Amino acid sequence: MAVLDSKIPEGPLADKWTQHKNNIDLVNPANKRSIDVIVVGTGLAGGSAAATLAELGYNVKSFCFQDSPRRAHSIAAQGGINAAKNYQGDGDSIYRLFYDTVKGGDYRSREANVYRLAEVSANIIDQCVAQGVPFARDYGGLLDNRSFGGVLVSRTFYAKGQTGQQLLLGAYSAMNRQIGRGKIKMYNRHEMLDIVKVDGKARGIIARNLVTGEIERHSAHAVVIASGGYGNVFFLSTNAMGSNVSAAWKIHKKGAYFANPCFTQIHPTCIPVSGEDQSKLTLMSESLRNDGRIWVPKNEKDALAIREGKLKPTELSEDQRDYFLERRYPAFGNLVPRDVASRAAKERCDAGFGVNATGEAVYLDFADAITRYGKEQAHVKGLDEDDASLIEKLGKDIIKSKYGNLFQMYEKIIDQNPYETPMMIYPAVHYTMGGVWVDYNLMTTIPGCFAIGEANFSDHGANRLGASALMQGLADGYFVLPYTIGDYLSDDIRTGPISTDTSEFEQAEKEVRDQLNAFLNANGTHPVDYYHKKLGKIMWNKCGMSRNEKDLKSAIKEIQELRDDFYKNVRVPGTADSFNEELAKAGRVADFLELGELFAKDALDRFESCGGHFREESQTPEGEALRDDKNYTFVSAWEYKGKPSDAVLHKEELTYDNIELKTRSYK
Amino acid sequence: MKLTLKIWRQKNATEKGSMVTYPIDNISPDMSFLEMIDALNNMLILRNEEPVAFDHDCREGICGMCSMFINGEAHGPDRNVTTCQLHMRKFKDGDTITIEPFRAKAFPVIRDLVVDRSSFDRIQQAGGFVSVNTSGNTQDANAIPIEKNKADLAFDAAACIGCGACVATCKNSSAMLFVGAKVSQYALLPQGKVEATQRVQNMVAQMDLEGFGNCTNTGACEVECPKGISLENIARMNREYLSASLKG
Repeated sequence: MAVLDSKIPEGPLADKWTQHKNNIDLVNPANKRSIDVIVVGTGLAGGSAAATLAELGYNVKSFCFQDSPRRAHSIAAQGGINAAKNYQGDGDSIYRLFYDTVKGGDYRSREANVYRLAEVSANIIDQCVAQGVPFARDYGGLLDNRSFGGVLVSRTFYAKGQTGQQLLLGAYSAMNRQIGRGKIKMYNRHEMLDIVKVDGKARGIIARNLVTGEIERHSAHAVVIASGGYGNVFFLSTNAMGSNVSAAWKIHKKGAYFANPCFTQIHPTCIPVSGEDQSKLTLMSESLRNDGRIWVPKNEKDALAIREGKLKPTELSEDQRDYFLERRYPAFGNLVPRDVASRAAKERCDAGFGVNATGEAVYLDFADAITRYGKEQAHVKGLDEDDASLIEKLGKDIIKSKYGNLFQMYEKIIDQNPYETPMMIYPAVHYTMGGVWVDYNLMTTIPGCFAIGEANFSDHGANRLGASALMQGLADGYFVLPYTIGDYLSDDIRTGPISTDTSEFEQAEKEVRDQLNAFLNANGTHPVDYYHKKLGKIMWNKCGMSRNEKDLKSAIKEIQELRDDFYKNVRVPGTADSFNEELAKAGRVADFLELGELFAKDALDRFESCGGHFREESQTPEGEALRDDKNYTFVSAWEYKGKPSDAVLHKEELTYDNIELKTRSYK
Repeated sequence: MKLTLKIWRQKNATEKGSMVTYPIDNISPDMSFLEMIDALNNMLILRNEEPVAFDHDCREGICGMCSMFINGEAHGPDRNVTTCQLHMRKFKDGDTITIEPFRAKAFPVIRDLVVDRSSFDRIQQAGGFVSVNTSGNTQDANAIPIEKNKADLAFDAAACIGCGACVATCKNSSAMLFVGAKVSQYALLPQGKVEATQRVQNMVAQMDLEGFGNCTNTGACEVECPKGISLENIARMNREYLSASLKG
């Protein structure tokens, strides 16, 4: 255990962060000018970190594979961002946000990190409003809130269904200000292909210019990885097509431990899979569960009739419907956490109650909400509250104002009008709680290499609550890393510029070139997508919403075989010295093929159910997840030893001094 | 579905490009337009030909990366969607579909359907921000109430995804809708007012420098905009610009 030092400061929980900030070393403004920092990724974490580091005076080099930093996938986050502002006066507090997050994460996250997150959350909202982020407001001109899964207060700030977009554009604008000042040098359409270590410290990266194919060396005094999650290991996910694990995986292979890879979030409200050609899944914001009721037919024969197109959902009366979340979890109802909602939907569909052609969909119904809002509006406006068509019209207007863009998106994809007939939804891979292991300072086990946002494992334990990803990304980038990185860099004020003309850079560059050439020279029979889809199927079927020993073992074997086949038989057209999307994809899939195996290995090792990780061997008689606190209250941090099967497990024991470990109940 | 695709192929920024015809079969109406291109590309790879390069990422209509000009329309025939949200059910069996990059002087082609839109970034860098430090020492978020109507209008303007459909559609290759939307977002919010004069002048100057054309009020940009950004934003920018000019 000695190798993993989480560096959690001493002192009472509520004082740790303040005391830590008071005690760590700072770099004086003049010295910051001679220190370079590389930030890989420009989402909420990377974008906000780059902007803040530049503002503090560091020279920042920022990298993204997209054509502009504004396109990072944080932009697609819909529902909102949590903050313990207690503007609604409903009893919210820093402690309650901390408590909800630890409980929501099924007691597998680090207390001190989560408390710090809750502590800085309120700052984020102040910051974003000051930047001109147009959050939703009420008629009094103050900020509006809504409620999200797994909590009993309204603490979620939002901008319609485009909160991620607005927050990211805020961070992007802060970056633009620094790019304009020359403090950030932006590298668009660049992909990091390796990290370079000098004397054990992170001192730079090797990147490929995706337009010219040129391999470039970039040096810095510290490297920050903000490259997001690895949900695309499942091929079908709500992640962007380009989202990948490569930056995180490359640092893992050079010494950064990878933590809890099996903790993956399967989001309950996504548009169901339609066919084999599908390239990606689309999320419907969790905020819909504020007003939508989830159900399947009570009778199997009705479900069958619906699947065959002989019956319409609107034809079923109330007593013929099973609102299974409200039935099983009366206290939280449709707003149970994501892992619980996803498993419940899977359980109903597996039992034969699914409602689309594939049998893998449940309804999300807004009819009640439309009536409720319609009546409210009629009352407010002094109109006839018994006029059904008027009520419906008024109600639909409210639903449209709240979720209009989501309803439109649904209609474009499914070709059905969700104002008239209930939506069909099914769980899909959405977020990865696991990631690069970091200490309290967000530094990985490679000195000078930091990981922030979804790329690290930090704050969400085994399950992330809705609207907490945006909070964590911005907290890490704006308010945590800029302090903690100074403590590390204070030793580097006399180092001077790092040369890229060294054997370490040469060696790393050679390895990168060799790998690219290997892909091009394989000249096999299958395109990259073929392997990615196959990997995705293995992951979904054997490492998905429920897992067992037999399947996990066979997944490991199948992934190993697939990986061997990939290197022998992949076909990558074109050349290395040109724009070549297939070549970029090949590199990403190669890393997924290794990560997938570690994922299954981690899932196999964790013989308990917790959060998004459900082991069939560990459940209550009612089918609820059964945690094993005695044996598994730890973070699994894996050390790379040449190949995924040889990875060595290091355990970071988790201690809970401020929260009592309880069975998570939403009943 | 069986289709005939006519696609712009161009090796790099300097070489000349041309339209190339590809017949394709077995396309399901439920596929998205980009999934149809994926299918074409996998077919080309197996034939030892180079796949068609195109920009795409989120595939849910929000990142703004996809950018095709389909049958003469930015993002194709459907309204209020990006190419990635366009589905093949909008086409008929046997159709011929023409696919070109977004064309504009300020959007040089990189390869095939991929164009360089970094001019948009540079316009934002010229002034598309509020000069507030990200230290977290700002005042409370509710210290300044903002009229709901104005906050909503600011949001509508801020919904721009920076895809460039407006530029590709405009006969003058004008970026007024894009710039107008950003100027409007800040002009409508108290936080943006402090720097309003400089902002509009700097952003417009950069826009002109990049080689975008002028606005002649045809309104085509508004029609093709996947996010329904309103022409009012251009009017608001003109107002802001005029008042900035008067202030000097």
